[in-house]
Parts: sequence; structure tokens; C-alpha cells
Amino acid sequence: MIRTTLATSALALAVALPAQADEIWVTNEFDDTISVIDIETLEVTRTIPTGERPRGITFAKDHSVVYICASDSDAVQVMDPETGEILHDLPSGEDPEQFVLHPDNRHLYIANEDDAITTVVDTVSREVVAQIDVGIEPEGMAVSPDGTIAITTSETTNMAHWIDTETQELFANTLVDSRPRHAEFVKDGTELWVSSEIGGTITVFDVETQSEKAKIDFDLPNIHPDRVQPVGFEFTNGDEIAFVALGPSNHLAVVNAETYEVEDYILVGRRVWHMAFNADRSKLFTTNGLSGDVTVVDVASRTAEKTIKVGRFPWGAAFRPTN
Amino acid sequence: MKFRSLAVSLALLAAPAWAQDLTIGYLRLQETPPPTVSDLDLPPPDLGIAGARLGIEDNATTGRFTGQTYALDLVDIAPGEDIAAAAGPLLERTDLLLVDAPADALLSVTDLPAAADALVFNVAAPDNRLREGDCRANMLHALPSTAMRTDALAQFLVLRRWDELPMVTGGDPADQAFAASIEQSLRKFGLRVGDRKDWRYDTDIRRAATTEMPLFTQEFGRYDALIVADEIHDFARYMLYNTWEPRPIVGSEGLVPTGWHPVVEQWGARQLQNRFLEIAGRAMQPRDYAAWAAIRTLGEAATRTGSAEPEALRDYILGPDFELGGFLGRPLSFRAWNGQMRQPIPLVHPRGLVAQAPLEGFLHPVTELDTLGRDAPETQCTDFSE
Repeated sequence: MIRTTLATSALALAVALPAQADEIWVTNEFDDTISVIDIETLEVTRTIPTGERPRGITFAKDHSVVYICASDSDAVQVMDPETGEILHDLPSGEDPEQFVLHPDNRHLYIANEDDAITTVVDTVSREVVAQIDVGIEPEGMAVSPDGTIAITTSETTNMAHWIDTETQELFANTLVDSRPRHAEFVKDGTELWVSSEIGGTITVFDVETQSEKAKIDFDLPNIHPDRVQPVGFEFTNGDEIAFVALGPSNHLAVVNAETYEVEDYILVGRRVWHMAFNADRSKLFTTNGLSGDVTVVDVASRTAEKTIKVGRFPWGAAFRPTN
Repeated sequence: MKFRSLAVSLALLAAPAWAQDLTIGYLRLQETPPPTVSDLDLPPPDLGIAGARLGIEDNATTGRFTGQTYALDLVDIAPGEDIAAAAGPLLERTDLLLVDAPADALLSVTDLPAAADALVFNVAAPDNRLREGDCRANMLHALPSTAMRTDALAQFLVLRRWDELPMVTGGDPADQAFAASIEQSLRKFGLRVGDRKDWRYDTDIRRAATTEMPLFTQEFGRYDALIVADEIHDFARYMLYNTWEPRPIVGSEGLVPTGWHPVVEQWGARQLQNRFLEIAGRAMQPRDYAAWAAIRTLGEAATRTGSAEPEALRDYILGPDFELGGFLGRPLSFRAWNGQMRQPIPLVHPRGLVAQAPLEGFLHPVTELDTLGRDAPETQCTDFSE
């Protein structure tokens, strides 16, 4: 239904503009490019050069610009998504790997992987607002919906670091299992989920008390637990279901976010890493690092529908509406 | 309301329940490297120690948030000095120890009465016997055994179906031990060593490699790969490309199974390599990695248990909950039957990773990592059964 609406509006626009569908943007870590996937045709329509080793990618709230962590260029690049032109670089600290845009649409919280630092950058003044010492190899980044708390997870220190965005200082540090990779606030900011790649778990925190509320384990038949390595995850509408990328086990887990139980596993590409939904969250696009492709998953039927070849080592994914 | 809970956590941060200071000893008996034809690869003076320093730094970063501090107490003695005598005062200062010394010197430390309740990490001696008959309950091994390395190579040979495998062995005891371990590993995986020759030339082979090496290897006839046991890196480097048959060389040169190597870059390893390069100004070697892993093991166990007692740490490290991210794609853990750290073994050439064992298809009822090295049912180590 929604798809027809999109198609209709695309048709309506076709008079003035070339017909354009929504897009998924994928960073290719080893190609220094972005592959742009047309959600209607499920084909790569553009390949855009970036700085070196692009990983984290996120759009401004109004989608007027896209921010890209160019890790080896030690910069966050700001790109015009229409033209693919780099508008300017933001100071990012060394080796930016992943970041999150504060709900104020102005401040980026950036994990500097090689420096054990979280850098806060003002995207308007293009200045570094704060640098916060965190654990070794920071990676996962999240900001609470009300903007008061930012989270950095550190891969080697095995912690979630809780940052008060008012003072830009740490107010709590909580241990999680080995090598945390990704963090998300869910359920209106009452829960924080953190995936641990080597530990093979997701820890759910109660945000109010910063205490552990649940731990999610994964158990794939015929795959050794060592290979089940949760990394990126995203939620369906209403935060009811989580899709969790399980890295080198080449599967997504489908987790009931109410009961914390795993309901399904879906075979996707090799070393599945991050993912992005389309507008109504009916389709999910996963980046598969080793196979160099993106798997399209139908959310309702929980099946992989198509594989799209992108560049080498696809890492991050972001949704871009065009209407 | 939120900020009230913040205040509570701040208080927790200021005075953590498990505030501790951990001093970890690093006891090194320097070795005079055996004479070799070439001095191309002299061991760096801070071999091992630099890895330990990085481990302390990594632990300290975590410790900032948990209230634990870490310090390295380095005792570095010259070749030939009495390591047991040097260990005495160190054991009075700490009961957590890394020992960087050959097997017999290592055992003279673990067997000291003062070390009975200490926890000692072997970071330098690959000898299989230390994981077998000469194992000690107070000794864990962060360096892979020779058997783990030769098993990794054997798996690769099986995978490639290379089964005609002659071997050349050097005269150093390390070469002999490596050759013996190769024999066992090949047998374990259904292969066997073909014709064997000993390398005993005392001429400067650097000038004569193109004439001598083809003749030396001609007798082997047709084969798939030539195994070289040259752990002191004396002659085999001149054998590459100079064999009679145009066939690969594996073992101590050519395709090498190793605990760690600069070409390891996946699974986040690049971050570790970069951090090491920054503090040491050189590439990380297996002994550095072992020392780093040993200290990270202690740090991880101290963080999770809130203890600094050797017994509590040892129990946790050997227990089912311990795992350490080691940048090799699989969590590191320790074998409860002999104290050996489980790790994947990279198979490398100087400019790239060829494969990483355990290789696909080598199955194990518990973990495929235990296809490398001596497994529980075959262990001769009894010190761990208590």
C-alpha cells in the first residue's frame, strides 16, 4: 500500500523532476566509495567517491547533507547527497569510526577508534566542542531521544560509557561482555541495548538506573557460538522487533524486544555488519562485509529476498528519502 | 529525577567497591641468540616487554573506570644469571608474574616454594613438554605451543592435498623440537613426513645458494612442498626459490604458522597493531602478543571478579566464563587441562595472511580451536586435574 503511495507521488513529481525512488546509502570500507541503492529497482544507481576508509554514515535530520566517517582521512566529510560533492570536512579527531547525530541536529558525537576519545563536533560552527576520554577502541555511539545522554561503547575496555550531554562528562561506566560494537536507545529512551561481538550477547540496560535488565543470547544450530558475533541492530516500528546482525555466522537474528527472546534466524551474506530500513520499515538492507553485497530482507515474512552487489567491504548503511 | 540517579553513579565512580592496585611482574632472562649466517633479523631489545607495556596501558584505561590500577615490575637479567635467585625478591612484591625465559629456567621459577601460590604466565617458551609432562598448576601459557603451530600447518597441507612432504632440519635444539612436532602433527592429520635431510653446512651459504641449494634438494625427487625446520632462521631463507623442484617451502620459512604477525589485520587487529607500533616503534611479534594477552587476561579477570588474588583469578581464567577479545576472530580462552591459551593460528608469508587455522572442515565436539595442540583426552598433564 505504502509502496503504491510512493510510486504515485513519484509519478506526480515525474513531470517536474526525473522519477526518483528512496535510496539506501552504503559505505564501502575498502573501496573508498558509497554505493547508492534505488529502493524500487534494487539496483546500484550511483557510486560516489569518499575519503579514505568510509565507515559510519548518517544523514542530517532533514536529509540535506550526509555525514561520512572517513576513518583514514581523519575527517568526517559532509556531502551533498544530490550531487555527491564533498561540501567540507568537519574536524573529527583521529580515526573516526562511528558517530551519532544529537537530536538537536547540530552536534555529532564521534568515536575516535585509535585515540580512546569521543569527540563532540558542532556541525554549524565546525568546531570541536568537547573531547571525552573513554575506553580503548570506542565504537558504538547512541544519544537518548531527549538528548540528555550520549553513549560510547569501547571494544577493548568492554564498557558502555554514559556521557551527560550538558556537561560533556562521564557519569557512569557499565561493564558489558567482550567487544561491544553497537548501542541504541529504545522504547522512548527507557532502555539501552548494547551488542557484544566477542561475548556473543546483547545487554539491555534500564536507563534510569544504568543497571542490567536483560541479556540476550543467540544459539544458531550447527554454528559454533564463537562465530555468533552480534554487531549492528535496528528496530521495527514501535521498537517491537529487533533485527541483529550476527557477523561471521552470516545470519540475522529476529528478537522480540518485549520478551527478549530470539524468534528467528535469517541467512544473509557473509560477515553481516550493519543495516538500514526503508521508509515504512517493511524492508531491511544489511551490509555484508566479506561477500561485498547487501541483502534485502522482507520484514513481514522474515525472508531474504535479494542480494545486491556493492563495493568492497560494505560497512555502514543509511536511508535517504527522496520525496 | 534522572540526575538524582546520576549522583548515585558518580558516587560509585569515585569509590568503586573493588578499588585495587595490581602489580604484575615481568621476569626476563636475556638470551644470546644462536649464531646464524645472517644477522638480518636480530630480536629487538624490548621483545616481549613492549607487549607487556601495551597490555598494562590497555588495562589501565579500563582500570580508570573500575578503580583498578596496573603497574609493571620489570626484572631483566643478563644471559647466564640465576633466574631463580632473581625471582625471589620479585615474588615478594607480587604473585602475578610473566616469565620470559627458556623452558628449564621457567620451571626453576615455577618450582620455587615462594611461587607455589603465584600465577605465572609463560610468554616465551613454546616447548610442548611444558604443556604435557612438565606442566605446572601455577603456570599458564600465553604463547602457542609448537604443537599448535605445527597442527595448523598440517591442517593446511591436508586442505591443499599436499602429501609428498620431505623435510630439512637444522642442528639447533629448537629446530629438532620443531621437526619432532611436525612429525607428530602430520601423523595426527593422516599425513607423514617423506625423506628427511639434515642441514649441516658450515660454508657461507649466502654466496653459494644458487648452486648448493638445487643440488641439496635434488635428491628429494618429486614432492608437493618442502618442510624446513629452521626455527633459528639460519639457512632456510636461502632455500626459497633455489630448490631443484619449483615447489613451495613451508614450516620455519615460506608459509609459516605463527602466534602473531604484522600481516594480521582483520577482526580489528589493525587497531592493536597501530597501538603497538605507536608505543614500540616496531611491528608486534608473537612474544609481544603473548605478553600483551597474558596481561590483558589478568586485567579482564580482575575486572570481572573484582579480585587480585592469584587463586580467584586462576579459577576464573580457567573457568567457562572467561573470554578475551584477541583480534583473531575468535575469543581467547584457556584450556582447563594444561593452562594453554586457545588461539587461532595465522599461516602467513611475509606480505600476507595465507589462511588461519583452525581451517574449515576440521571439526571438534567442543571447539575447533582444540584441533590445534594437545587436546583433553590425550593430555599427559596431570597437575591440573587436582
